[in-house]
Amino acid sequence: MKLNPKLFDKDVETVPTRNGYGEGVVELGEKNKDVVVLTGDLKESTRVEEFAKRWPERFIECGVAEQNMMGIAAGLAAAGKIPFVSSYAVFSPGRSWDQLRVSVCYSNLNVNIVGAHTGVSVGPDGATHQALEDIAITRVLPNMTVVVPCDAIETKKATLAAAKRLGPYYSRFTREKTPVITTAETPFEIGKAEVFADYGDDAAIVACGPLVYQSLVAAKELEKEGIKVRVINNHTIKPMDVTTVMEAARDCGAIVTVEEHQVMGGMGSAVAEVLAKNYPVPMEFIGMPDCFGESGQPEELLEKYGMSVIKIKEAVRKVISRKKVI
Amino acid sequence: MLNDKQILKLEEIANEIRQDIIKMLLEAGSGHSAGSLGMADVFTALYLGGVLNFDPKDPWKKDRDRVILSNGHICPVWYATLAHAGFFSHDKLITLRKLGSGLQGHPHYRELPGVENTGGPLGQGLSQAIGHALAARMEGASWRVYAMMSDGELDEGQTWEAIMLAGKNNLHNLTAIVDRNNIQIDGFTEDIMPLENLVDKWTAFNWSVIEINGHDIPEIIAAIEKAKTIFENPTVIIAHTIPGKGVDFMEGKFEWHGKPPKAEEAKEALHQLRTLGGKIQSEHQ
Repeated sequence: MKLNPKLFDKDVETVPTRNGYGEGVVELGEKNKDVVVLTGDLKESTRVEEFAKRWPERFIECGVAEQNMMGIAAGLAAAGKIPFVSSYAVFSPGRSWDQLRVSVCYSNLNVNIVGAHTGVSVGPDGATHQALEDIAITRVLPNMTVVVPCDAIETKKATLAAAKRLGPYYSRFTREKTPVITTAETPFEIGKAEVFADYGDDAAIVACGPLVYQSLVAAKELEKEGIKVRVINNHTIKPMDVTTVMEAARDCGAIVTVEEHQVMGGMGSAVAEVLAKNYPVPMEFIGMPDCFGESGQPEELLEKYGMSVIKIKEAVRKVISRKKVI
Repeated sequence: MLNDKQILKLEEIANEIRQDIIKMLLEAGSGHSAGSLGMADVFTALYLGGVLNFDPKDPWKKDRDRVILSNGHICPVWYATLAHAGFFSHDKLITLRKLGSGLQGHPHYRELPGVENTGGPLGQGLSQAIGHALAARMEGASWRVYAMMSDGELDEGQTWEAIMLAGKNNLHNLTAIVDRNNIQIDGFTEDIMPLENLVDKWTAFNWSVIEINGHDIPEIIAAIEKAKTIFENPTVIIAHTIPGKGVDFMEGKFEWHGKPPKAEEAKEALHQLRTLGGKIQSEHQ
């Protein structure tokens, strides 16, 4: 797998994933006159300023009114446009969920929703602004596609792919700068998970979002202990790449899922749904343990709520021990 | 302008649509009587009064005018009007709310020819209509958008978000038609959540406001035509209607918001509608 050669360097490049979204919509704007961008008073934060500047006639400032914004996007899509609804995930799809369900998903319209500022690593703004439920509330809706890119480069690829995909699409970003994991050459296809590291078959780490980086670091460190794991970038939560997940379960016999989201209803739950039915193996879940976050620095919060490299390694050791019992 | 004979014809169609509504609701065993009956004249004027650009043989043609129904629960009147306008067979009406029918209890986007949006949970339609209106503006297209709304859904915050945005953007290709029938499920609107002064409220949000008698077909048509000539801002037509119009024991009663007639009630309702019961105001009678 072609990943960033400087991935494990101390000075690995870090970029907020939302930057990849901003670049993506500008590239789309140039290629396709039907692409429209909406925001709810978060133009700069969601990185759509450049799009707004270049195509003001295709940019809709909705003010702080996310429910209306989602409904307008439904109308635009029904009229043949390809809207990108840009806000923070706690507001959209948070506040606009009923509109997403009724106006967008039930009609299976081509509306692309992006939720910025997800996970506890939003940091100092505190729990009100840390979206930890967005994967759950979007993946439960019929017709939805749900994608969680691992870095800015993948976010750009996902944005370009979203414009071509039919039906509603949700993608989430983080606020903070996170390591650049992939390169322009790293394959990306919606619905296709990628094996990013394959040290062996003691266990598999199935991760999404920027925590793919922590998962890769954990895998590298575990290898020194003699524990050999596979790391999968499971960026598409829905539709899930059942084949890749099942292969990991079959080959490794133990799975740890890693996400910056509530454990309940998140990516790990989606993996468990697949495995419980098809190939049950012991699982451990790294994610938010059914509580709200708080203010703090991103790394402090990841540590406190159990999503650090150390916790991932502990979970791997634990799941392997359970495998032996079974 | 329509001549007297044409107006009488439209009044007769509205009366037929009311009879269809009663039959549909009786057969379904559930559904919303009052608002559906109350809006029969407005829907008839809109679709059959020569003001709307549509082709039932090519229901999704690009330059069609868009009609969005926000308060989806009055869909029996929409379905019946679409059938009378030739979008689909009249026989289908009786399948309302039945398993496998396109006539869903609340409308589903493109489930039937002419059904332009999904609606039901209140307050969502005006936003959808704005999306269509913005798309028309981006394309320099001349088609218009009609958002059919209820007064009860003016309780919803989303409605006012939408009113604000349409006013900000001077969306003159958008006409909202509010069914001001003064009732909602639990009672009279002014008891549940006072809405007045509606004219001042819409005006303050940069809309042109036209108030009409929603049972006077020439007045409805004139208001829709007038809205087409206003280029400064969007227009709202506040149509004062009587819920349950045409059936004396339903008229003005909020209890009939969300229930269908029983067999005996339907029989009486159809009798009143067939004989006009002296209820439909027309100089031609």
